Amino acid sequence: MKSVAIVGASLAGLSAARALRAQGFDGDLTIVGGEERRPYDRPPLSKEFLAGDIGEDALALEAEDDDLDAEWLLGAHATRLDTGAASVQLDDGTAIRADGIVIATGARARTWPGADSLAGVHVLRTVDDAVALRDELRPGARLVVIGAGFIGAEVASTAAKLGLDVTVVEAALAPLAGPLGVQLGAAVARLHTEHGTRLLCGAPVAGLLGDDRVTGIELADGRRLAADVVLVGIGAVPNVEWLRGSPIELANGVVCDAGGATSIPNVVAAGDCAAWHEPAVGWPHRVEHWTGALERPGIAVATLLAGGRHDGSPAKPPYFWSDQYGRRIQFAGIAHTGDEITFEVGSVRDASFLAVYRRGGEPVAVLGLDQPKLFTRWRRQLTVVPVPA
Amino acid sequence: MLEICPLAALPRGEARRVEADPPIAVFHTDDGEVFAIDDTCTHQDASLADGWLEGCEIECPLHASRFNLRTGAVDAPPAKLPVRTHEVAIVDGVINVVLNDATPNLPPGLTTRAGGEAAQ
Repeated sequence: MKSVAIVGASLAGLSAARALRAQGFDGDLTIVGGEERRPYDRPPLSKEFLAGDIGEDALALEAEDDDLDAEWLLGAHATRLDTGAASVQLDDGTAIRADGIVIATGARARTWPGADSLAGVHVLRTVDDAVALRDELRPGARLVVIGAGFIGAEVASTAAKLGLDVTVVEAALAPLAGPLGVQLGAAVARLHTEHGTRLLCGAPVAGLLGDDRVTGIELADGRRLAADVVLVGIGAVPNVEWLRGSPIELANGVVCDAGGATSIPNVVAAGDCAAWHEPAVGWPHRVEHWTGALERPGIAVATLLAGGRHDGSPAKPPYFWSDQYGRRIQFAGIAHTGDEITFEVGSVRDASFLAVYRRGGEPVAVLGLDQPKLFTRWRRQLTVVPVPA
Repeated sequence: MLEICPLAALPRGEARRVEADPPIAVFHTDDGEVFAIDDTCTHQDASLADGWLEGCEIECPLHASRFNLRTGAVDAPPAKLPVRTHEVAIVDGVINVVLNDATPNLPPGLTTRAGGEAAQ
């Protein structure tokens, strides 16, 4: 393989480039990035960066001694994958031909329909998003956060610390029930009410109020909440539309095997845009976690360099962390309804706890609240237990 | 020289965070060596004493950056800057640490209590 093009220049794309060089690839390397910026770290955007504690310089992902010997094409969007010619078409009209292609185009924030023209309504995914939101987080302002997921929760936490009046509205009856299960999702979401943030669950939003600028939201039950600023935190959409004209298999993301190989030879995918086969789930599963974008490109690149054969090394169980209200939440594994939950330390009512999810007696997931040391030990012990059909 | 604890009080495979400015972490490896480094990960605020000790490496409990305990060098990202290492002396069965007076590589947003700026 003499040339590789990486489409995507965030954590997954950069990790793929580093892995290629670390694994001995010495051919031509091209990295295409949709944003103008060099690769930067996104987790601080809802926390330290949003709070104004750190600047943009601190977000840089590249080290001074990173010597990737790559050609960077930033501010360019891929528009088409031509599998016949093994090339990627860009929106500036150029085409990059390469022997191998790594798809790492990530995901974008899901927006509220029709909110584009309404000032004061934000999403959070990029530095530009964070700067725009930060400019409006003034002490005393009323912030309504739509969605009690991790982005929404972290923004609520940061805004509360900055002195805003914060309300989080969540359509589901139980917040975070998807990743954490009903019981522990509620335990984590309780951090909001303990810190003066209002949390309304089972409260789907009917629409946004205001003409040029948002003035509030209306809930499905008719209640209205006044707002000076609204953050929409309702998930992310994989950036895979540009692949639709190609024969590559897509579902909720680029469908991959357990080593990152796609349905097209010499094309692999990793990061938020990729749905890798997940043994614990039994089908392709898109993981949007930072650690997946850090670690899995190494596996995908090994697969690419080996001609599409995955060497069998399993991906680590999904892991994410979240910092809210000065508390550290860590979760690893995949939880399912029906898993048996035991508390190794503390209880659901305590300020700090460690909970283990078991299936068939085997630990499959672990949740820690301010328990980093014990969490790390349990994270290492997780096993992949397929869900019974 | 900072007196830490009797060697016998820190079993192999264990770590101890020591309050200093900035805090340091002392490790007793499975091979019986004792190392001291700055406790705070250079990437983000996390205690390396809470991390996973394997051989002569410590993995940050938060983002899995790895540091070489002997040199402080980054063995795995996302960290970009090394941690400071401190000289260890075992005196009469007691772990002592000679603090390194180089500028620490603290993560963005953190400073020492003495007010030194985090090195970038």
